[in-house]
Amino acid sequence: MTIELILLGLMLLAAVWTVMTVRLLLSVIGLALVSALVSVLMYRLNAPYAAVFELSVCAGLISVIFFVAVSFTKRLTDADVRTLRKERIKKTVWLPLLMAGLGLMLAKTLAPPVLEAPAQGQTDVRTVLWGLRHLDLFGQIIVLLAGAFGVVAFFKDKKK
Amino acid sequence: MNADASQLFWMTGIASFLLLTAGVYYLLVTFNLIRALIGVELMIKAVTLFIALAGRVTGREGLAQAIMITLIVIEVVIMVVAGGLVLGVFRTTRSISSREIRNLRD
Repeated sequence: MTIELILLGLMLLAAVWTVMTVRLLLSVIGLALVSALVSVLMYRLNAPYAAVFELSVCAGLISVIFFVAVSFTKRLTDADVRTLRKERIKKTVWLPLLMAGLGLMLAKTLAPPVLEAPAQGQTDVRTVLWGLRHLDLFGQIIVLLAGAFGVVAFFKDKKK
Repeated sequence: MNADASQLFWMTGIASFLLLTAGVYYLLVTFNLIRALIGVELMIKAVTLFIALAGRVTGREGLAQAIMITLIVIEVVIMVVAGGLVLGVFRTTRSISSREIRNLRD
């Protein structure tokens, strides 16, 4: 339990850093850190397969996509950083209100669920994914194809 | 649910709620499209963590992992397409600020 508490604390610190830092590159590094910590937490919560996916895909691939996007931006000057930092601190005034609003909305849903024990064989991800939820795989393939065609459509050159 | 599982539920539940708040806050305060994507990513992380927690406390880890894997695949596609959109906006307007694309209707 102590390990989970430490991991959750570190994850929140990384998230705060991601949100509050002014430089975009540091923000992306913070996001990768949050992702890595979430994957360790998932492993601790008995979800090792999903943790591997999270670590390789979210902490790896998505960070690379963000790094490529950030490489197109120009570096902020020190004056820009100071101005942005002041603006960000001013906007933080709204954070408690946002937290209260979201907290009220989620208060009813955040109650511990009471369920019966699952049937034998339903705790293994392989059995569930390939046996019970195999239609999800078709959905995933369709989503991947839609994404691929979407990206191709964005960067298609006009015919001369 | 025993005391340990209950403690884990509240601890992780509150942390994932705070992560969700961080994502929403980031989306609200920024005009930079890449930062907006990072906000969305933080929100998806919070949801993923909460699904893992739900699987752990209900004993349905297999189902929770299957849903998480589906969510991760969808997350990647969203990020790739949204990244492509940001790049397209940059090529057109030479800027990644959402202020620049407010006049699309003109």
